[in-house]
Amino acid sequence: MSTVIMNKDKNVSNHHQKLTLAKFKPKQKIVYQTNNLNLWYDDVHALKNINLSIGHQEVTAIIGPSGCGKSSFLKTLNRMVELVPGVRITGDITYSGKNILSKSFSVEELRTQVGMVFQKPNPFPKSIYENIAYGPKIHGIRNKKILNEIVEHSLRRAYLWDDVKDRLKQNAYDLSGGQQQRLCIARCLAINPDVILMDEPTSALDPNSTLQIEELIKDLKKEYSIVIVTHNMQQAARISDKTAFFLHGEVIEYDQTNLIFSNPVDKRTSDYINGDFG
Amino acid sequence: MDYIDKSIIMKKINTRRWMNGFARGLFFLATSFGLVVLLILIARIISQGIGWINMDFLTGKLSTQVDKAGIFGAVLGTFWLMVVVAPITMFIGVCTAIYIELYMKKGKFKSIIQTNISNLAGVPSIVYGILGLTIFVRLLQLGNVVLAGGLTMSLLVLPIVVIASQEAIRAVPTHLSEASYGLGATKWQTIRNVILPAALPGILTGAILALSRAIGETAPLVVLGIPALLLPFPGGILDKFTVLPMQIYYWTLDSSLTAEYANLAAATIITLLFFLFFLNATAIFIRNKFQKKY
Repeated sequence: MSTVIMNKDKNVSNHHQKLTLAKFKPKQKIVYQTNNLNLWYDDVHALKNINLSIGHQEVTAIIGPSGCGKSSFLKTLNRMVELVPGVRITGDITYSGKNILSKSFSVEELRTQVGMVFQKPNPFPKSIYENIAYGPKIHGIRNKKILNEIVEHSLRRAYLWDDVKDRLKQNAYDLSGGQQQRLCIARCLAINPDVILMDEPTSALDPNSTLQIEELIKDLKKEYSIVIVTHNMQQAARISDKTAFFLHGEVIEYDQTNLIFSNPVDKRTSDYINGDFG
Repeated sequence: MDYIDKSIIMKKINTRRWMNGFARGLFFLATSFGLVVLLILIARIISQGIGWINMDFLTGKLSTQVDKAGIFGAVLGTFWLMVVVAPITMFIGVCTAIYIELYMKKGKFKSIIQTNISNLAGVPSIVYGILGLTIFVRLLQLGNVVLAGGLTMSLLVLPIVVIASQEAIRAVPTHLSEASYGLGATKWQTIRNVILPAALPGILTGAILALSRAIGETAPLVVLGIPALLLPFPGGILDKFTVLPMQIYYWTLDSSLTAEYANLAAATIITLLFFLFFLNATAIFIRNKFQKKY
C-alpha cells in the first residue's frame, strides 16, 4: 500500500519537473527564477523547496488557502518578507540574471525594479500628488516639471487621472477605496518598475472597483510582469496567464491558467478549485 | 420541571437592587472626593491671590515691600529653563525612542532598557537634583545657572518624552512604512518621510506634557541651590535664575513671618497654573487637530 502511494507521489513530482521545464518555450523571457527556495519564520517552515519561473510580461497568479505561504512567497520576491523578525531564507532567487538574495544586492535597488501593491489600499496621509511623487522623490528627482509629468503619466496609466486631475492637492484619504487602490498602483508605476507584485489587491474592494482593477491589470501586463496573489479563483482564471497552486508551503501545481482550471493534474488542486476545501 | 424557584428570586431581588445602587454611589463618592478637594484648593488660592495679580506684579522685580513685589524674574527664569529643556528633551528623547522602537532587535537587552526607562520615570525628582548638583554644578563647574538647572530638568523629564514618543511611533500603522519600503526607500527615508510625520502629534503631546512637568518641578532646583531672592533678571542660559515654583516655595516659607507673603504665593500659584493650563490645552489641541485616521 505504502509503495503505491510513494510511486504515485513520485509520478506527480516527475510530472511537475516536466511541467516546469516544458511550460516555457525557449524563446520566452523569464524575469524570476527561484531555486530550492525555503523560508522559515523562527521554527515555522513556511516555504518548502519552491522552484518557480515567472514569465516576462505575463500575469502569474498564486492561489491557495490561507496560510499556504503564497503571501510569504510574494514578499520574498522583493525581500519585504525580511521586515518580519526571525525570518530565515535559503536557496536562491534569480531576477534578471542576478541573485537577489546575495548580501551584496541592495534591497532598495531591487524595489525600484519590483513594485508592490498591498492587500489594503495604503496611501500615505498626504496629498494625491505627494503620494505619486513620493517614489521619484526618494530616488532623488527634484525637478518640478519632471515630477509633474511622472504624476500625470502614472495617474493616467492607472485610469485615475480624470477622477483626480482637479484635486491633486487633496488628501488621498478623501478617495474611495477603489480609487485609493488605483492610486497605490499609480504610486508603484511612478518608480517605473519592471515587475509589479500584488498581494490580494482587490480583497478589500467592492465588485465594481474589483472589475476596474482587473481591467487595469490586463492592460498593464503589456508593459509589466505581474505576480498576483489572490483568494478569488475566478479572478485568477480571468486575468492570469499562469497559475501556481500553493498548499502548506509547497507548490502543488504550476501551469497555464486554462490548464490548471480545466484539467488539474493533482487531486488537491481540483479539490481546491472546486471549493471542496480551503 | 422548574430549575428556578421564582419565590427565591423575588426574595433576593431587593438586596440585589440595593447593592446595585450602593456600588454606583461608592464610585460617585470616590470620583467626587478628588474633584471636591481640588475645587476647594483652587477656590481658596484664587480668592486669596487674585486681588494681588496686576501688571506690576507680573512685570515687577522682587521687593521686600509686599505690595511692590513682582515675579517677572521668576517668569523669565522659567522661560529660559524651557529654552534649555525643550530642545534637549525633544532631540534626545525622540532619537532614543526611534532607536528602541525601530532599530533595536527584540531580546533581553531591549527589555532591560525598556524596563529601566519606565523605572527612571518613577525615580523621585530630588534624586535627579542630587545628580545635577554633582555633575553639572560641581563636576562641570557650571554653577547654579539656567544651563545646569535645565540639564537636570531634562534628565528628569526625558523618560516621559521617550515613552510618549515610543507609543506614538508604535501607533503608526505598519502598512504605511511597508508602502515606503516597497518603493525602495531606505529605513531613514521611511522614518523621516512617513513614520515621524505620522507620529508627530503624539510626540508633541508627550513633549508638552513633559515640559509642563518641568515647569512645576521644585525639588531638584532646591537641591541645586537655586535662590528665590534674586534681583537681576536672567538674560541668558548662563545667568543665575529662579523659577515660579521656587518663588512659591520661599514665599510660603516666609509667610510664617510676614503673613502677606502667603497672598503673593497664592498669586504666583495662579500664574503658574495659568501657564500649565495653557500648555495642557495646547497638547489637547494638537492631539485633536492632528489625530489622523488611517
